[in-house]
Amino acid sequence: MYALEINNLHKTYAGGLQALKGIDLNVEQGDFFALLGPNGAGKSTCIGIISSLVNKTSGTVKVFGHSIDSELIQAKSLLGSVPQEFNFNTYEPINEIVTNQAGFYGIPAKIARKRTEHYLKQLGLWSHRKAQARALSGGMKRRLMIARALIHKPRLLILDEPTAGVDIELRRSMWQFMDEINSQGTTIILTTHYLEEAETMCRNVAIIDEGLIIKNTSMKSLLKSLNSEIFVLYMKDIITEAPGLKGFGKVEMIDEHTIEVEVPKSLSINDLIQQLDTKKLNVNRMRNKTNRLEELFIALTAKPEKPQ
Amino acid sequence: MKPTRYWVAYQTIARREILRFGRIWMQTFIPPIVMVGLYFIIFGNLIGARIGTMDGMNYVDFIMPGLVMMSIITNSYSNVVSSFFGAKHSHYIEEMLIAPIPNIVILLGFVSGGVARGLCVGAAVTLVSLFFTDFYIYNPLIVFIVAFMTAFLFSLAGLINAVFATNYDHIAIIPSFVLTPLTYLGGIFYSIKLLPEFWQQLSLANPILYMVNSFRHGFRGTSDIELTTALGVILIFIILLFIICMTLLERGTGIKH
Repeated sequence: MYALEINNLHKTYAGGLQALKGIDLNVEQGDFFALLGPNGAGKSTCIGIISSLVNKTSGTVKVFGHSIDSELIQAKSLLGSVPQEFNFNTYEPINEIVTNQAGFYGIPAKIARKRTEHYLKQLGLWSHRKAQARALSGGMKRRLMIARALIHKPRLLILDEPTAGVDIELRRSMWQFMDEINSQGTTIILTTHYLEEAETMCRNVAIIDEGLIIKNTSMKSLLKSLNSEIFVLYMKDIITEAPGLKGFGKVEMIDEHTIEVEVPKSLSINDLIQQLDTKKLNVNRMRNKTNRLEELFIALTAKPEKPQ
Repeated sequence: MKPTRYWVAYQTIARREILRFGRIWMQTFIPPIVMVGLYFIIFGNLIGARIGTMDGMNYVDFIMPGLVMMSIITNSYSNVVSSFFGAKHSHYIEEMLIAPIPNIVILLGFVSGGVARGLCVGAAVTLVSLFFTDFYIYNPLIVFIVAFMTAFLFSLAGLINAVFATNYDHIAIIPSFVLTPLTYLGGIFYSIKLLPEFWQQLSLANPILYMVNSFRHGFRGTSDIELTTALGVILIFIILLFIICMTLLERGTGIKH
């Protein structure tokens, strides 16, 4: 049994916009799964349907085997969701927001209060428990939504851009927290625009574009399919032109100390350094120009330019 | 989910709704008390003293049940319309939509908030009326039943308004242009027996007339409408609006894409 099973899911909005054009997706139990796609690809619509916030046009969705058509209550009770937009009453104190959510799941007040304390402490919000939600910073609001989503101990947690607008330090602590939740057995589906986040956290990935799944595989095999990577090299001495490198792709001079080299899958960094060495060019430092998943993502979702 | 869990969910929604209007008591309790106080002073004492009696009682005693009923109607309605629309507009209705709660529990939770506010304000206004009239209740049970049913009915109506509203203007239009005229023409300030035959018959199409008159029956023992007829009409409207509310929630009208 899958944690999430989607078959032939379609969604056409009232205005005629076809957001989903028949997607199929299976997420294994215990997985940390990335659902990626450019803006407007259909990710949030898909999550909205799973969370019962959007009515589907056709297709089936099952959460741990429970259909959202015939066993909606059972499916909902296994699901937790952190949406992209803030969706809490900003005038309510944050401990009430979390305990109320527990109440909506039928959790008695005494247990709800204990769990609220546990999650607010774990997410560093306990000292703000009596503050109205509007007084929190953006990062705190994101953590509040995570605490709220975990209060009923869901087996499937959907995180729709949980670290958007969060500074790097906090983002890393949230990654650690999500990793802990996943290692305790919770299946996590993550959508994010930070592809480094997806590459670091997720074992499997699906890329959705224009309402269709265009790639659905393991993160490892996806990254293996990358044909080349661009490296930025910082040279020790001044260079006057981009060096010619045999077998390598595009070599571009950025400034008198910096070049960018496209390294194909068939060649190694050693080959690159060797060739530069023969040309008496010494490399001080080097780095990947972009994250590897980002390069793949751009390649997969690139749109042909429209003729003028 | 077990029924006890639904009960917890219902209590959570109802409690939240009650706390909400309790927190903003300056907006929810004070204005109706001030307004009804002014009605008693102007229509009850100043003008009423010149009118004399209506249906065999002092004018101030005649209008008192109607003024309490008007407070119940407007407060139960505005509580649900503003709370549900606020939840929809700020998207925190999603907290409930994502949870394993049947729609009937959500509906009853919001309605309970409306009923609670309607009854609380009604009780407060009744206390204010003691400064202007003698306290006398002909049948407390009828008073309570009619107050409860009316608050329930207008809470349902408020929810329907909130479902269709897409901005704050939409939640003000119905109370201003429908509810207030119907309330004023519902026999609060006059007995329909004073009207010509045609207007009497037309007045019978106004559901608020039945509420005001059955409420007056509970307080004073006199009414333009037979009590059972009035209660029957209120009940029919409750059933009708309840079905509409449930259909809208099941379809996700106004709250789901």
